[in-house]
Amino acid sequence: MSPAKKARKGVKRLDKVTLACIDRTAKGVLQIIEKGEKPSLRFPLRSLSNVRYDPSKGFFQLGRGRKLRTLTVNTVKLFAQSLRMMALSKELIETEDFATKRDAYYQSKNWGEARFSAQEESDAVMDDIEALFSLDGVSREQLRFYPEEHGGSVAGELQVIDIDPETGKKIVIDCTGFGSGSYSIPHSVEHLEFKTKAKFLLAIETGGMFQRLNYHKFWRKANCILVELGGVPTRATRRFIRKLADDAKIPVYAFVDCDPYGISNIYRTLKVGSGNAAHLSQFFCVPQARFLGVTPQDIIDFKLEEATHPLQEIDIKRAKDALKNDPFFRSHKKWQKAINQLLKMKVRAEQQALAKWGLNYVIDEYLPRKLKDPSKFLP
Amino acid sequence: MAKKRSSTRRQRGLFDGLGAPEAEEAEPAPTPEPGEKKGKEAKAGGRRKAPARTGRKVSVPGGNRANAEDLAKRQREISVSEFFTKNRHLLGFDNPRKALLTAVKEGVDNALDACEEAGILPEIFIQIRPVPGRDDRFVVVVEDNGPGIVKSQVPSIFAKLLYGSKFHSLRQTRGQQGIGISAAGMYGQLTTGHPTKILTRTSPKAQAWYFELRVDTVRNRPEKLVEEPREWDKPHGTRVEIEMEARFQRGQRSVDDYLRQTAIANPHATFVYEAPDGVTVRFHRATEELPPLPQEIKPHPYGVELGLLIRLLKATSARWMTGFLQSDFCRVGPKVAEEILAKAKISPRANPRRMGRAEADRLYRAINSTKITSPPTSCIVPIGEELILEGLKKEVEADFYAAATRPPSVYRGNPFQVEVGLAFGKPGATMEVDEKGRIIPVGNGKRSRKAAGADAELLGAADEPIKLLRFANRVPLLYQQSACAVTKTVIQLAWKNYGLQHPRGALPLGPMVLLVHLASVWVPFTSESKEAIASYPEILKEIKLALQEVGRKLGAHIRKGRRIAEEYKKRTFIEKYIPHIGIALQEILALPDKKRDRIVEDLRGILERSRKL
Repeated sequence: MSPAKKARKGVKRLDKVTLACIDRTAKGVLQIIEKGEKPSLRFPLRSLSNVRYDPSKGFFQLGRGRKLRTLTVNTVKLFAQSLRMMALSKELIETEDFATKRDAYYQSKNWGEARFSAQEESDAVMDDIEALFSLDGVSREQLRFYPEEHGGSVAGELQVIDIDPETGKKIVIDCTGFGSGSYSIPHSVEHLEFKTKAKFLLAIETGGMFQRLNYHKFWRKANCILVELGGVPTRATRRFIRKLADDAKIPVYAFVDCDPYGISNIYRTLKVGSGNAAHLSQFFCVPQARFLGVTPQDIIDFKLEEATHPLQEIDIKRAKDALKNDPFFRSHKKWQKAINQLLKMKVRAEQQALAKWGLNYVIDEYLPRKLKDPSKFLP
Repeated sequence: MAKKRSSTRRQRGLFDGLGAPEAEEAEPAPTPEPGEKKGKEAKAGGRRKAPARTGRKVSVPGGNRANAEDLAKRQREISVSEFFTKNRHLLGFDNPRKALLTAVKEGVDNALDACEEAGILPEIFIQIRPVPGRDDRFVVVVEDNGPGIVKSQVPSIFAKLLYGSKFHSLRQTRGQQGIGISAAGMYGQLTTGHPTKILTRTSPKAQAWYFELRVDTVRNRPEKLVEEPREWDKPHGTRVEIEMEARFQRGQRSVDDYLRQTAIANPHATFVYEAPDGVTVRFHRATEELPPLPQEIKPHPYGVELGLLIRLLKATSARWMTGFLQSDFCRVGPKVAEEILAKAKISPRANPRRMGRAEADRLYRAINSTKITSPPTSCIVPIGEELILEGLKKEVEADFYAAATRPPSVYRGNPFQVEVGLAFGKPGATMEVDEKGRIIPVGNGKRSRKAAGADAELLGAADEPIKLLRFANRVPLLYQQSACAVTKTVIQLAWKNYGLQHPRGALPLGPMVLLVHLASVWVPFTSESKEAIASYPEILKEIKLALQEVGRKLGAHIRKGRRIAEEYKKRTFIEKYIPHIGIALQEILALPDKKRDRIVEDLRGILERSRKL
């Protein structure tokens, strides 16, 4: 059996699980109605307050918080919309099609009174369904709802094996062969397979830094894979990194700005998931990620003081919030120390701050020095 | 003769040449221009009032100063009738439209009073007949089934002002002064020259008599033009016919309006009304029971002023003070009399006729500082909550009715009682919940027999002021609404608390008819035309309490209505999405259409059962 067929079969099997989930939910509702009672749907509560962090698992998990959507004035519309959205999902699976969030929103325009009046509404309903089915291990992509935004860029020692949607034939993509360009992560990565000899994956926050490292073929020098995060990584990017790291069993090093946004938003989301999508974390987190830099200590070690900017009020607020409320940072003493150190220094340093010592200082000096001892990376 | 002429001239000035026939022999008729009226009146008045000015020695340009002897020649008695011809607005004959209404009103008031006194269920026929060729003239006919009038009394009752049975008693009646019907007749006489026509019969055995009467306005004496026996198929009753200058109009303050309101406040009476266009409206009685006959009472000590007290002291037949207090007043027993006299430091055995001014003053103050039981209330006959509701229900179609009758109270020693009734909301505008929990609109489909359009005037729209119906001794008060104690109290009440919109200083807004009835042995009107009730604090307070009582009921109704409306809105909202649940389940579980429809039906049932009000 060819790998493509195998992949397809795997997807089909997942579809069966998804369909069973939808079926079971609908039957549950029907049974309550037939009993003469008000039907209700229990959705996991999607918020940071309903998130648990298990260091042994290494990602955010949904807590026990649930919200009841039942036949009342406040929820009947969402109740009906949730069921219709599930019906749409079923239709998409059966017709082997997909819908982006915006597609789904426009699909609802055909629902008469139950249509959504803004995409935020349909996104929220979609997230709820996703959260509900995530309890059974079904992801949004399996529900055939694809994210609008595509993934980041990839370059380096990697071969991606994709399937041509038309022919079903296997395509091998060599990520070393894009010249000054790069490979773009597709919306859905479930069917991808990887072939790599790289020693690690470097996740880079900014496009600028990614370009520099790619332009100078840093991946060849360090035998690694470069992935551009582009701010907070999209679902596809996170899933791609996760799947790649799992399949190739390589470590993931994050290289982001040294500021509360880079630490608590970009890195934390990459590693353990986000608060309001904790149901996704089990698929989308990258527990094996480690924080390479830029660390607050790097500012001192690499004498970057002159290249820093003062922390903004929002940075300070974000940092304090992370220390106080974020289960991830609360369970890592090293992080608390680092963030406190940053707060004390009252400055932030961008990745590009290293250019103080020369444009390629990052390639020639910083990264090699850091990579000598990955065990010192922050968790 | 000179006397007579001057008086006729004045009449003509007033009534623009439509005066009595004898006016024709006087000077050329003045041009009938309204603008000129005032000047003539002033001139006539100036001549008459001249003596009053002499003290100030005002010089009249172009004339010689008069001496006392000259003036004395001109000073003479003014007849009551003459006075009223000059001041007809005081009696409600200000303009042709109002005159028509006042004439009907006086006739109906008298008819109702007579019927009730005789214990007869009133059946009153009112007709306004156009006069051929004269669109400014109408014949007003009021015919009752009352006890009739003894032949010898007819002229005085219908053609002499201030003649009546009611003025001298302390008892609740519609009429009071004995002015009304004669004034109407006089107005007719002065504007058309036609006499008042009366047909009356006292019993089936008696002969019916027909009269044509005129008021001698100078001497206030009736003038009989015709007096003859007639055949009449009515066993007993009275029919009055007056031709007058008038204007007929429907709408607010019309005869229609007045009769409808009268029918509400007199649910024991039936009215048949024939308008000039021949349209006949019947207002059926809602009860076969006559209201009890009001009792006559002696004055209550609290209602007596010092001057009256002194007069009563002089006129009493009692020999001792204690006897005087007990026999000449109501609610004064030996104990109370003793207490009053002790406070006044007057011996119980003192002779009332010998009381001086100082003693009377002490007595007056002692009376007012002693607690005396309220006057007996048998003299007050309220309509009663039940009959107010009946009256309103039969004349105003509404969703909600409430009524409250206050216990009797006293102002200035005059017993009075306030009642309030209200009808709210156009039928079908609100909803109710049936035993199954379904919400249904109420009040539709019981459109009654009433003349179309007539009741539309009573219940206004939600953003219009409420319709306020004022009654004094069951008589609707149609004019001078803003001068009336009732209106003032209604405006002052915080209607917002009862769920109505209420602009500051105005009547509240809403589809509501509000009835306020004041029953009293002596209704304190602000003028002789009996259009507005004077603002005595006691009366204001009672009106307020009564309004609050119905207001609370109204508030509860409105809140309930709002709750139901809100619930209805919520259910409609929910039901909007129920079909989508059916569709979604059908799509996911591949159900047949029948099953889907079952689900939708089931959900509706669940919804109605589970949502309680």
